Amino acid sequence: MTPVIELEGLGVRFGKRDILKGLTCSLSGRTIGLLGPNGAGKSTLINTLLGFHKPSSGTARIFGHDIRSKITHVRSVVGYMPENDAFIANMTAVAFVRLMGELSGLPSEAALERAHEALFYVGLGEARYRKVGTYSLGMKQLAKLAQAIVHGPKLIILDEPTNGLDPPARQRMVRMIKEMRDAHDVHIVLCSHLLRDVEETCEEVLILKEGRIVHYSNLEEERRANRRFVEMEPIGDTAGLALALEGLGCECAFSGGQRLKAVLSEGIEIRDIYRLAAERDIQLRRLNYRRDTLEDIFLKAMETN
Amino acid sequence: MAVYKRSYRAYSGRLTPEWSRFYILTRYALGNLFRSKFLTAAFVMCFFGPLVCMVGIYLNHNASVLALLHTRADQIINVNGKFFLGFLGMQGGLAFFLTAFIGPNTIAPDLANGALPLYFCRSFSRAEYVLGKLCALFYLLSLITWVPGLILFGIESNLSGVAWMWENRSLASGIFLGSVIWILMISLIAMALSAWVKWRIAAGAMVLGVMFFLSGFGAAVNGVLRSNIGHYMTPGSLITRVCADLFGVETPIEISVWSAWVGLLVMCGLCVLLLSRKVRAFEVVR
Repeated sequence: MTPVIELEGLGVRFGKRDILKGLTCSLSGRTIGLLGPNGAGKSTLINTLLGFHKPSSGTARIFGHDIRSKITHVRSVVGYMPENDAFIANMTAVAFVRLMGELSGLPSEAALERAHEALFYVGLGEARYRKVGTYSLGMKQLAKLAQAIVHGPKLIILDEPTNGLDPPARQRMVRMIKEMRDAHDVHIVLCSHLLRDVEETCEEVLILKEGRIVHYSNLEEERRANRRFVEMEPIGDTAGLALALEGLGCECAFSGGQRLKAVLSEGIEIRDIYRLAAERDIQLRRLNYRRDTLEDIFLKAMETN
Repeated sequence: MAVYKRSYRAYSGRLTPEWSRFYILTRYALGNLFRSKFLTAAFVMCFFGPLVCMVGIYLNHNASVLALLHTRADQIINVNGKFFLGFLGMQGGLAFFLTAFIGPNTIAPDLANGALPLYFCRSFSRAEYVLGKLCALFYLLSLITWVPGLILFGIESNLSGVAWMWENRSLASGIFLGSVIWILMISLIAMALSAWVKWRIAAGAMVLGVMFFLSGFGAAVNGVLRSNIGHYMTPGSLITRVCADLFGVETPIEISVWSAWVGLLVMCGLCVLLLSRKVRAFEVVR
């Protein structure tokens, strides 16, 4: 399968400052999260992928198309929702989204039809004849999303889509991203400071710091791997339980008093732990999967680099 | 699909050719311009001059009116190069004032609201963006400059006969060429200034200010240095010199025609340079 985004020693320089430094990776997930502190180069990377900045070294490919030589084609398959305010103030939302659809190549009637659909889809159906300049911040975010999806792109780049949204609106936006990801043949790149948004929606995460990739994580694989890592709080012969688990091939370790951590070996399920505990008359007060949150991953990446 | 289904779906229909997409901006820009009643009224007023000229040309050839006024045909209006130079001067001036009002509406709002990334993240280039906006101005200003000019030429040809038309055929090309150069220059100046001054009203004032300042400065330079260098700084002088040559009329502007052409090209080039610096998805702070 052709990767969604391939970076090959991608470097971007503004004047004498290196903003992106030799980024190399291949991303194929349906939703790709871009994380990093302020000034890490996330927006520059997005802008470079869209052809707004010229790479000073290396290159990037989107769906196999080189951004240096095929930028027009790349742009035709991408929908972009910028971070900052971006709209045409004296236009109604439907005219605005229609214009963007037409500029993407849709014939006028098709653009109008899809503008209505996109605005209903993002939840602006009732306000679609209002001028975009009169919208609240949250509504402007939704209008930006509508213009990004009006032409049905294969890749949607969302730059801080939940910025300035109140909690219900944020929830709605996250739900919409998940729905687009799950129900359709579309890939999403999500650039956000909010780790929770990225964790909820993304399969792959790329963490940038000072223009370099400091961590790549396939959250889906990690989630699957972490399902084997349990933490429990037994009351009774804890050491005996640990020995029994080790006898089944699990790795065990004590942490903080009675707490026991175990990495389950292949074929061992949770019910086996309960069975062993019952055989030894041990109470299990608490048992849960322990996995690294995205915050743990992010902080670790920041510390180690 | 009905809107009530409210679902995201990919688009698989036909696409418009890429080369034609600049015209979408022209269409939207023209629609937007005529929403203003003031501009619509101003635009209609611009047809007053051509209408008067049209009536004048008709009367000039109406034997009963001439007999009534006890005058000869060429004593009312003499339709020649001088007439068309004056006509273009009048309509060109109106076109300039109209451009000062509508020019800044084309680019400044997009810049002020950060809309440029939305245009350029599509398969739509910066040149197409400028061309689309420029075409809107070109269409509008054409309707008050060379289109009525050529209509007047046609009426005079019809009334005076084919011989007159053949003899004065250079006037027709002069009307068209002179108007197009003037439209291009004032449109580019208005667009370049509106790209640099994002506030629409300030940009309009700037367009007027720059033109008047350049004219004043040019005249001052001419006066102080007792030379003709100041004419090169005055767009009005440059275009008058070029148009006078196109119509074969004498003019007090004593600069060579080719240098006037070069001056106009340099001014247009400067405007394009200013536009290329500002019309971009993101400004990079180096």
